[in-house]
Amino acid sequence: MTRQVSVGRTVAWILLFVLLIVTLFPFYWMLRTAFSDNTQLPGHPDSLLPVETTLGAFKRVLGLASIEEAQAQGGSGAAVNFWLYLRNSLVVATITTVCQVFFSAMAAYAFARLRWPGRDKVFALFLAALMVPPIFTTLPNFVLIKNLGLLNSFAGIILPGAFMTPFAIFFLRQFFLGISRELEEAAMIDGAGHRRIFFGMIIPLSAAPIATLAILTYINSWNDYFWPLLVGQQENVRVLTVALGVFRSQTPQGGPDWAGLMAATLIAALPMIILFLAFAKRITNSIGFSGIK
Amino acid sequence: MTTTNAPPTRKRSHGDSAAPPRKRRNLGDLKVAMIFIAPATLGFVVFYIWPTLRGAYLSFTEYSLLSAPKFNGLANYERMVQDSFFWNALGVTVEYVVINIGVQTVLAVGIAMLMYRLTKSITVRAVILAPYLVANVVVALVWYWMLDVQVGVVQTFLGWVGIDPVAFFGDSHWAIPTVAGINVWRHMGYTALLVFAGLQTIPKYVYEAAEVDGSTEWKTFWRITLPLLRPVLVMVLVVTMIGSFQIFDTVAVTTQGGPINATRVIYYYIYERAFTRFDFGYASAMALVLFAILAVVSLLQLRLLRAKESDLA
Repeated sequence: MTRQVSVGRTVAWILLFVLLIVTLFPFYWMLRTAFSDNTQLPGHPDSLLPVETTLGAFKRVLGLASIEEAQAQGGSGAAVNFWLYLRNSLVVATITTVCQVFFSAMAAYAFARLRWPGRDKVFALFLAALMVPPIFTTLPNFVLIKNLGLLNSFAGIILPGAFMTPFAIFFLRQFFLGISRELEEAAMIDGAGHRRIFFGMIIPLSAAPIATLAILTYINSWNDYFWPLLVGQQENVRVLTVALGVFRSQTPQGGPDWAGLMAATLIAALPMIILFLAFAKRITNSIGFSGIK
Repeated sequence: MTTTNAPPTRKRSHGDSAAPPRKRRNLGDLKVAMIFIAPATLGFVVFYIWPTLRGAYLSFTEYSLLSAPKFNGLANYERMVQDSFFWNALGVTVEYVVINIGVQTVLAVGIAMLMYRLTKSITVRAVILAPYLVANVVVALVWYWMLDVQVGVVQTFLGWVGIDPVAFFGDSHWAIPTVAGINVWRHMGYTALLVFAGLQTIPKYVYEAAEVDGSTEWKTFWRITLPLLRPVLVMVLVVTMIGSFQIFDTVAVTTQGGPINATRVIYYYIYERAFTRFDFGYASAMALVLFAILAVVSLLQLRLLRAKESDLA
């Protein structure tokens, strides 16, 4: 019996190991390709190490290489500037996260800690919005942003997500509900108003879930493609995901600039990978809660 | 708590500390609450409620963005019934969802069981979650390169086991399974963690009792774990399936609907109609139909799989 179990466990460990390899290999391959010389790639499809290790691909996509240099290394020579797109992604994700989390926290406070007529009905209405598929509201939202003259502006990209998402309000409300009433009443007796209770008590006590939500919001906003594709095509507001799509469609059909493309994807993914490494435990532990409920 | 609908003028009396206690109880903290929900409500009304209503209206109009929408009754819906591209898009989307959700759910349950039995290591969990945190676009492009028919590394691996290169994106039979597979890779770890969280809720004594009764691991899995996991699995299915119907990013940066419409999923078709043909009325009508399909699918799943009842009770 014992032997059978340990055979089973060995197989299970091997499966888990294979899973981890399958998960990590594409990340490694992205790295390996990004540091390769594009013209040499087709000759060495099975080389595990970078082919003719070079920083050329990064120079190309960051706009640091001259057109001749870029073309010599298999780039298309089209001007790309991922520094700019990196800045744009930072602007969009940061403003979206700060505004969305703050305003959602305010609303969650009203739904969790204040008593007012119709509260639960309004909350149910907010939640019902989770049912509507984004594309359905995206089309009219595009018309609205266009009519407001905000196409190709940061405001146009940021506004729809800046005020709330039903999920953020729901998530924070759950935590605010758990804070003890007595603390609040004690503060009230000391003469604290709702503003002071919210800023001085609720927010500090919920720092951990607020941070978790902020990280998740940042990642989602950074990775968003559909909405910025519609309203932020122009170079000055183009975010990384949109820039990647453009870069991919510009690359020549015959001999694509794979090294450049992988360098660009690495630049787009790296900030999220760093954020994840820094907060891996927090993000991982939040999954059970945020996904199901 | 009383929820009388007091006329709005009364809210003013709340700030006045001399107001009679009865009025105060009826209104509660309404005045403060209105300040706190003001920004969220503004966003909600402008970017959720209003576009939902407007989208429904636009679906009954002809609208090219250049002139005002013209009401045309059910014309968009009649056109949809006749539109072979629409039906093709629906079919392709369903094929994608079935492959994506089927493979992903089975793998996720398997991975969750592996982790549950072997390790509680946060590192392992973090690693399998990693792909989910990278943008769809990035994931799509990395696999687009790895699966390239000429120089992709996957072709090398296939060569080792004696398989000829496969045109994963270029062959219309392979294109949708390929796109589905890429998204399985991105989402399976996340889904596995959801299932893993569900596994933690099954009390230990159930397993102990099964062991005492001489149940094998295999039997325990089918007779105990899976049935007790059902409420969690249903929620996971509903959430992942709604997400799966909205496949867009991967198609947009790789195949762009090709080869020969093989990957023109419904989201992509709506996008093309709206933003390359400026056929906003028709696109809105299709979006409304998609909305209806998603609502029906979710309700059916919840009903058929009795999501709310647990077998533990």
